[in-house]
Amino acid sequence: MLTMTDKKLGYDDLQPLMALQTGDEKHDAASTSTLDVLWVLYDEVLDIAAERINDPARDRFFLSKGHGPRPYYAVLAAKGFIPVDWLATFGGFDSPLGYHPDRNLVPGVEVSSGSLGHGLPLAVGAALGLRAQGIGARIVVLVGDAELDEGSNAEATEFAAAAGLSALTVVAVDNSSASWPWRGGLETRFEVAGWHAVRVDGRDHAALAGALARRTESDAPNLVVVEVEAAS
Amino acid sequence: MSDLAMRERFAATACKLLDQDRSVAVVLADISASMFAEAAARHPDRVVNVGIREQLLVNVGAGMAMTGMRPVVHTFATFLVERGFEQVKLGFAHQGVGGVLVSAGASYDMSRGGRTHQAPGDVALLDTLPDWTIHVPGHPDEVDTLLRGAVAGDGMVYLRTSTQQNTAPMPVDGSGTMMVVRRGSGGTVVAVGPMLDPVLSATEGIDVTVLYATTVRPFDAQTLISTLGSAEVILVEPYLAGTSTRCVAEALAHVSHRVLGLGVPRVELRRYGRPEEHAAALGLDAAGVCRRVTSFLGLNGTLA
Repeated sequence: MLTMTDKKLGYDDLQPLMALQTGDEKHDAASTSTLDVLWVLYDEVLDIAAERINDPARDRFFLSKGHGPRPYYAVLAAKGFIPVDWLATFGGFDSPLGYHPDRNLVPGVEVSSGSLGHGLPLAVGAALGLRAQGIGARIVVLVGDAELDEGSNAEATEFAAAAGLSALTVVAVDNSSASWPWRGGLETRFEVAGWHAVRVDGRDHAALAGALARRTESDAPNLVVVEVEAAS
Repeated sequence: MSDLAMRERFAATACKLLDQDRSVAVVLADISASMFAEAAARHPDRVVNVGIREQLLVNVGAGMAMTGMRPVVHTFATFLVERGFEQVKLGFAHQGVGGVLVSAGASYDMSRGGRTHQAPGDVALLDTLPDWTIHVPGHPDEVDTLLRGAVAGDGMVYLRTSTQQNTAPMPVDGSGTMMVVRRGSGGTVVAVGPMLDPVLSATEGIDVTVLYATTVRPFDAQTLISTLGSAEVILVEPYLAGTSTRCVAEALAHVSHRVLGLGVPRVELRRYGRPEEHAAALGLDAAGVCRRVTSFLGLNGTLA
């Protein structure tokens, strides 16, 4: 049944879709940490569809934390961006689906990631580019809590708030994987820089959808810390 | 002429392009920001100064390109190419988007500033990546032509400005073809950008062909081959010595040949002073080039 591309796939299909992706993928904890928020983003939040991957007005989703991409590929397949039968090729020489996604190989993937600390700075540039062109689309970038150790994120965080990039939302999946966590939690440094910040239960779909809804109260960019069980 | 001539010309041309083309954006990291103050007032969303944040500088340019804009990204060469090299590598070619990087400072423009402000390795470093076009102009007029061509395209372009420059501009058209400045029957001397004046002086009275290159990547092998006399080639580059020797070796792989790569050596000079003093110390003034050319060609050294 999962080979039928015309079937409307839902959340309950994601685990089987992930299971199709065999191989020696080593990021299981990282993988499942993002499953629910990815689903909520693509099912309820982002203004994007498989038929509109080149629409200039589409919302953009940047998976900056590129490791552990199986849930991402599963969601893209469930939403019709990629054929379900690609999933079994995961990591193969002829497969478009690598252990880190490549936007030049996978329809609907907006950023080629893998090296940590590039997605947010690129998203800042993309937000500036959309604003300069008068396009009101949102940019949502998913990072991991340990990824925020990379100093490049500090450059981007400070500037994004100063520039009033309200179209930008950072989803920080916090599975307590940072070796040296920030005191006071991830929110503190974003809030100091002028971001709006909120922390939600990463398995609560209604809470995720509420936190990820577009904010219009101010021109501050938005941080949503998505708390999930600690990485083992 | 001002010692900021190439950089000022870059800024003036970039400001005109901002007025003419709504897809053009200039991204800065404080360096040269005053040159863009008026343009920033006219185009606040397309002149972006991120402050002293060079990783962000490069990725903001790439991110703007991902939305269809044509970014012109500028700071000193060492901060533009070397500090955030992974941003250059992954932000542009790996994402599959283009952009124009424009540097100032070159190898030893800021001779008094010391090693931290000198980037002789910038071209060699970019040369580890695929598909970058690299322009090394020798005169402010050439900056204007090369920048206009770069911004009009959609590829990845590095434009390296310098305060070292030739007395007169050459009729550079941005096509990437090397110009035949002098025809001889002996070896070939390739002068890159600001090295043309010292090369012409150094080779006065020597029977060599002198080619002038302002575009070093892609390297114009065709002109080198079609004008070749004896298969002896001397590259004179204003950055790391030997950066383009592999291009000559590939161009002449079918013939026995000799190649000498002149440029800035790897050694740290640890001297301040004027750029001319650095050129002399590094053997890149006319006397130094003459000495190396005559020795390589087996001529007696009387001209040195």
